[in-house]
Amino acid sequence: MADNTASKTKNSALTGNSAMALAMKQIDPDVCAVYPITPSTTVIEEFSSYVADGAVETEFVTVESEHSAMSACIGASAAGGRAMTATSSQGLALMWEMLYIASGMRLPIIMTTVNRALAAPINIHCDHSDSMGARDSGWIQLYSETVQEAYDNLFQAVKIAEDERVLLPVMVCLDGFITSHAIEVLSLITDDEAKDFVGDYTAKHPLLDTDNPASMGALALPDTYMDFKHVQSDAIAASKEVVIEVGKEFGKRFGREYGLIDTYQLEDADVAIVILNSAAGTTRVAIDELRAKGLKVGLLKPRLFRPFPHAEMVEALKGVKAVCVLDRADSFSGFGGPLFNEVRSALYDMEDRPKIMGRIYGLGGKDYTTENAVAIYEALFDVVKTGKIDTLNDYMGS
Amino acid sequence: MSTDAKPAKKQKLSVPFDYSKYLRKDKLPHIWCPGCGHGIILKALLRAVDKVGLEKDDICMVSGIGCSSRTPGYVDFNTLHTLHGRAPSFATGIKLTNPELNVIVTTGDGDALAIGGNHFIHTCRRNIDMTILVYSNAIYGMTGGQFSPTTPIGSFTHTSSYGAMEPPFDTCEMAKAAGATFVARATSYHVQDLEKTLKAAIEHKGTSVVEILDECPVYFGRLNKMRSASQMMEKIEKEGTVSVKQAENLSPEEIGGRLLRGILHHDTETAEYCDQYAALTERAQGK
Repeated sequence: MADNTASKTKNSALTGNSAMALAMKQIDPDVCAVYPITPSTTVIEEFSSYVADGAVETEFVTVESEHSAMSACIGASAAGGRAMTATSSQGLALMWEMLYIASGMRLPIIMTTVNRALAAPINIHCDHSDSMGARDSGWIQLYSETVQEAYDNLFQAVKIAEDERVLLPVMVCLDGFITSHAIEVLSLITDDEAKDFVGDYTAKHPLLDTDNPASMGALALPDTYMDFKHVQSDAIAASKEVVIEVGKEFGKRFGREYGLIDTYQLEDADVAIVILNSAAGTTRVAIDELRAKGLKVGLLKPRLFRPFPHAEMVEALKGVKAVCVLDRADSFSGFGGPLFNEVRSALYDMEDRPKIMGRIYGLGGKDYTTENAVAIYEALFDVVKTGKIDTLNDYMGS
Repeated sequence: MSTDAKPAKKQKLSVPFDYSKYLRKDKLPHIWCPGCGHGIILKALLRAVDKVGLEKDDICMVSGIGCSSRTPGYVDFNTLHTLHGRAPSFATGIKLTNPELNVIVTTGDGDALAIGGNHFIHTCRRNIDMTILVYSNAIYGMTGGQFSPTTPIGSFTHTSSYGAMEPPFDTCEMAKAAGATFVARATSYHVQDLEKTLKAAIEHKGTSVVEILDECPVYFGRLNKMRSASQMMEKIEKEGTVSVKQAENLSPEEIGGRLLRGILHHDTETAEYCDQYAALTERAQGK
């Protein structure tokens, strides 16, 4: 008789948020401090059911604001526990000062960030203004195109964060509603596999180790402060290697390997779109349509945004003649959106670098369609033909 | 048939209140769920505003985030929809800039007392002239039914599957202790009292806090075996409260666990913040 218990737990149709809640259950953190905010609420709501059912050992604290949620996670992590939370938009904004405390104190906190626009005006739908605003906070940022990727990223985030070479907080980003509330069939790992993959966490300098007293977050004046920051900067830069290692190990165990970037039909492409998260999926469809007509179009999707994979980006875009970087967040009156800025800077030293333009798209949940992507590719072919970019940076569709 | 007919008795005509002049009709229908008490509060508030005789343009209504905070969207006053918990702070800025405005804050138990607890108590402490309406339904409605700082111990919510464990705030006691000079409790069931209380709150100079017990049948009711909004109103608002007047003739045992309803604290002596500020400015300028 066939043993179908394994397959039962292996495949499931879940929303992005349910998948994140399940991953949290399988990771079974020591402490989870939370405050509800749309669209991340159901991650925690479902996780609270696991707590109520006794399916996890987690101490679950429903605090009075996101500021307190991150504060409690910092306390828990500093005490030596594995701490997790989830938030979106204003919630992440309210955590701001805590984000820097978490990374500065080198605490491997894990957070699901369900991307949503920032007020004002108030909007509950997807864009990346929230996590992009946190890009300089010292957190490692992983972006997820699909429910599967978001689920897989959360396990890897734990392993990356807690690696002794890293010891930094990680946020796993997925698109609000588009990914968080869409049901997708995904391949699950079993509880045992999850436990084995993330392993136990033993903090190296926990505050609760009274035999080896430690002090964290103490005053550092001009004689030492910059050295702390230098070490922190080196650590996040070096975490790139750990992200690669962990992605490979995940692939070896579960058959889905992850790198720093993902590409589609890029190898021989003349023109390419660089884009994050769920919109990459839409772009893939547009690519298939155009490839069927013999047009050499491709996609580059960064999975890791912090640390930014500069070298990999240069390598992947070699031979491409024109690139459009699409940003779902504006860096108001910066030199283009945040992703554009990074990509263009990365390509500066490249010989025969491609022409690059930037477009802001999809703010506050505005649709990004295959037609949009096709129009971008057409514009890129014009750039290749004329050798000129008409408008370097622009808003798309408004 | 008698020909010398008696003069007809003067009859009081009840003219239906015209809400439309205060509403942004293009923003209706509202988003509140069937059975939610927020609509009753909105209507009582509009009647109270009318009775006080305020001009629409002389009112500024400020809110934070949550179901109650949608109220300003529907009214044709100056309105500002702000951040979760921060409405009293935005309102303080508005009042200080233009002390002539009548500032009304609409907030909920989660908004005012959890994420905005700090702003709430410090606004009360300053006794700045504004009216804060705390729509208290003991749950976070907008995010789907999590327990809040006013959820009674033992109540079921989506984050308290075995009953809420944390002791709730007494909103009115806290407002009073923090320094609010007008503190009242009303319900969406006692709708005429509600209107009168809101009128008195708006007319009071200083920080007025009115906690309004209302009902969230969709989350709180459903999870706590109260099948309808009317059942919730009966149980929580009617049977769960006693008016200040009735309570005068009742022993503490007779009052039992019921909450007092009506004006609980009214201090007309304490100086109001904007007045104090103006006096200080004059003093500093040696006038």
